[in-house]
Amino acid sequence: MREIDAQTIIDRVAAMCVSANRNLPRDVRRKFEEAAAAEESEAAKEIFRQLLENCDLAAESGLPLCQDTGLAVFFVEMGENVRVKGMTLREAINQGVIKGYEEGFLRKSACHPLTRANTGDNTPAIVHIDLVPGDKLKIGFMAKGGGSENMSRVTMLAPAQGWEGIKKFVVNRVAEAGPNPCPPIVVGVGIGGTFELAPTLAKKALLRKLDDANPDPDLQAKEEELLEAINALGIGPMGLGGKTTALGVKISMHPCHIASLPLAVNIQCHSARHEEVVI
Amino acid sequence: MAEYSLTTPLTDENLAQLRAGDVVKLTGTIYTARDAAHKRLIDLLDKGDKLPFELQGAVVYYVGPSPAPEGRPIGSAGPTTSYRMDTYAFRLHSLGLKATVGKGKRSDEVKQALRDHTAVYFGATGGAGALLSQRIKEAKVIAFEELGPEAIRELTVEDFPLLVINDAHGNELYAVPDRPAAGIADYAPPA
Repeated sequence: MREIDAQTIIDRVAAMCVSANRNLPRDVRRKFEEAAAAEESEAAKEIFRQLLENCDLAAESGLPLCQDTGLAVFFVEMGENVRVKGMTLREAINQGVIKGYEEGFLRKSACHPLTRANTGDNTPAIVHIDLVPGDKLKIGFMAKGGGSENMSRVTMLAPAQGWEGIKKFVVNRVAEAGPNPCPPIVVGVGIGGTFELAPTLAKKALLRKLDDANPDPDLQAKEEELLEAINALGIGPMGLGGKTTALGVKISMHPCHIASLPLAVNIQCHSARHEEVVI
Repeated sequence: MAEYSLTTPLTDENLAQLRAGDVVKLTGTIYTARDAAHKRLIDLLDKGDKLPFELQGAVVYYVGPSPAPEGRPIGSAGPTTSYRMDTYAFRLHSLGLKATVGKGKRSDEVKQALRDHTAVYFGATGGAGALLSQRIKEAKVIAFEELGPEAIRELTVEDFPLLVINDAHGNELYAVPDRPAAGIADYAPPA
């Protein structure tokens, strides 16, 4: 059994919270540059110019890319031969969030859902833990902002609605969201599983790189089909019109009940902040 | 599309000339308020109490900034999504509020209030919080400090870059989604 000191996790999580909020992933930035070149409208080009300047400024100044530094969401793959020493894994992650959000001057956005009182330290984090073979600990972090999260939806389709029903629901959701979630967006789609699994699949799909290919060629083709339909909406950067409404679509699938077709759409704003560490 | 430089407090004359798509560089004093702060403002009005700032001619920025690092007046400060404040905005406009700054669509009720009271809705670039903070020269909390990022702040801004999304004449800048082009013209929501 391999032991990992809780302090190691705390420090790595804290560093990842700060870094992810200041540095946009390279693949996302590259998409901004490609999309800016492809846009024809002046308004769309201007938005990309501002977003690129914002990226440079955040990296230089130490200010976060966006003031909404999100709820801290983690997808953890924990090797079955790993043990955390000193506290539970969940406690260590929360301690890392407290440290990172304080030291990085990141906004604490977690609050009581009814009284709306801020918890003050951006915890508790949202932590999904999977046990996997091996002795490594992989921690994926996402700073999930509220504006785009609010535009997300889950639904239970009838099996007969099939792919056509899925496609229309997803594209319609993006049309209804319009300028609200800070387009250009990334669209995570979870198909199958159960009522609670579908949105988790959709969210985890957002951790994938924009330029990776889905290992399932059929799903890869479906991601491209959805992206093309979404961009045909013409919502454009910040809703001002243009060719780029979404930078990418990522689908995750899981078998479901013979009676069901659960579907979730998790929308990610253009500030698609996420990082991963392997300990 | 014209470009204007305006100074707060804003007047009917300032706003009647603006059209959706115009660019405005705003200088002067603006106030931050978002979800919880708006609820408190409305509670004060219901009780007949004074608001923490003068509404006549005012501009409210929907933002919850990140904490200020040393040597800076404010952290990142981009707009939050506006529709959540729609239930409060029409009442504030009726009492003299001249403009709000945010991102995303507004309700028909708010758009009507803009026409009725010669007011506008400005968009700022969502997510460009580091960039926009450069145009904020001073910031101080003036009410509801306990709300943390949601406290009301008085900001001094210089050439703050805005885009007129909804003007006082019923025009809107946002693109209408092309549903036929995307193949969802016949979409019916699942039962």
